[in-house]
Amino acid sequence: MPPPGAWYDSKMSPVVTDLRYLLPWQFYPTVFLACVIAVALYVRGLAALRRGGTPVGFGRAFTFFLGVALNYAALQTYVDFLAQHMFWIHRLQHLILHHVGPVLLVLAAPEAVLRAGTPAPLLRGLCRVPSWIRRPIRLFFRILQHPLIAPTLFVGLIFFWLTPSIHFTAMLDERRYLLMNWSMLIDGILFWWLMLAPRRAQGSAAIGYGTRIIILVAVAVPQMILGAYIALHSTPLYSIYAVCGRAWAISPLTDQQLGGLLTWIPAAMMSVVGVLVVLHHMMHDPEAGTRHGSLRAPAEPAGSS
Amino acid sequence: MSVSVRTSSALILALLLAACSGSGPPYALANVTGLVAPLEFHLTDQNGQPVTAAAYRHDVVLLYFGYTHCPDQCPTTLAILASALHALGPQASQVRVLFVSVDPRRDTTAVLKRYVGNFGPEFVGLRGGQTELTRLSKRYRITYHYEAPDKYGDYEVDHSSAVFVFGRHGRARLLGQVDNTAQQYTSDLRRLLANS
Repeated sequence: MPPPGAWYDSKMSPVVTDLRYLLPWQFYPTVFLACVIAVALYVRGLAALRRGGTPVGFGRAFTFFLGVALNYAALQTYVDFLAQHMFWIHRLQHLILHHVGPVLLVLAAPEAVLRAGTPAPLLRGLCRVPSWIRRPIRLFFRILQHPLIAPTLFVGLIFFWLTPSIHFTAMLDERRYLLMNWSMLIDGILFWWLMLAPRRAQGSAAIGYGTRIIILVAVAVPQMILGAYIALHSTPLYSIYAVCGRAWAISPLTDQQLGGLLTWIPAAMMSVVGVLVVLHHMMHDPEAGTRHGSLRAPAEPAGSS
Repeated sequence: MSVSVRTSSALILALLLAACSGSGPPYALANVTGLVAPLEFHLTDQNGQPVTAAAYRHDVVLLYFGYTHCPDQCPTTLAILASALHALGPQASQVRVLFVSVDPRRDTTAVLKRYVGNFGPEFVGLRGGQTELTRLSKRYRITYHYEAPDKYGDYEVDHSSAVFVFGRHGRARLLGQVDNTAQQYTSDLRRLLANS
């Protein structure tokens, strides 16, 4: 385990590559298990689909593994230490957990592979969950995925955890820190799935592609304002990094400016990426032109002829 | 029935007590009750004796990470704490300031003993190996790193500025920062001594 001063040590010693940097700074069993289960199910699914004659393309599988690997690296390597003791790396960590990682996971469209990889008894058990359990869960999911609530939650979580007094306690208490990171990752997956998954994959939760573009643009604006506010603020907003010590010597304002820029520009650019993906869906999805998708699509050609 | 009445009355009493304990004016230092891990360590004191948190369970403890070659922050902070303890009067004997060295290579027990002796009898110098220091830095979520040495081999250590304040029995209560004054420490310590 490298000591906290290892960053400096690594610069002093000629050997920079050190396997210890790949080990968790703090081991979070929830994160470790979630990643292991996701990879195990996906690998099983890949094998099952290959046997079934419908192998998954390399690109999709690679995208999925890259998404899992990025999220894992953000939480279970030395990055986690740096994120606890450097504001801009904390922002980079959240850019991965809330934006880049979930986008990759959603673009890989892993649902079918994960289902094929789930052991049959478990799948049967999940199907047999009584409706009085399933219905409230579905309702809760519906509420979270409401086209007004989902973007509010997405932006609201960023603002919530970046409120200086709340940020202070999240960095001081390991449980809050873990809650913060899990909330970002789960919300990231929910939001980007709602934005980027093809409509036919979303079933009843689907919202129109035009609405998605409006939401993607709308969430970019407050992120840009918050990022600019942090980057251009003339005094340190987050005292916790001075209180607990920074990972290496950097002026508090430089740290804050870099963190603000990471909140401002790449986060907003993810909305542009999102819009491009949605436009791609619109051009390739035969149901895209209609308001209610599959309900109306078959009816229209019949009516027009 | 009677059990549930007893339970609920106990619950109400507990809520009232909680409300009372939280009803005073806020502390001048940041309140970190429930956020920071209880006091726990295995280190060596300035007399070379192994020591754990159990030795201080009857005291209010101030935990600070620093190093004796520190040019500015450590002496300033320790001077503020010394002045706060001086103002406490006889009650200061129930308070301990634990100065944990993050530079054990230079801070031998003899160096530590001479250094903390400058600030008062309540000051204790502690040191440990990198393994124990790493464990402590994870527990208290602080860090430190060594700057490049100059031509004489002297180097500075960048470190946390937090003063963790523990009530009796090692319960984390407050967090002192660089802008806190001696008067603020004195009044907060007085309150902690009275009700912890």
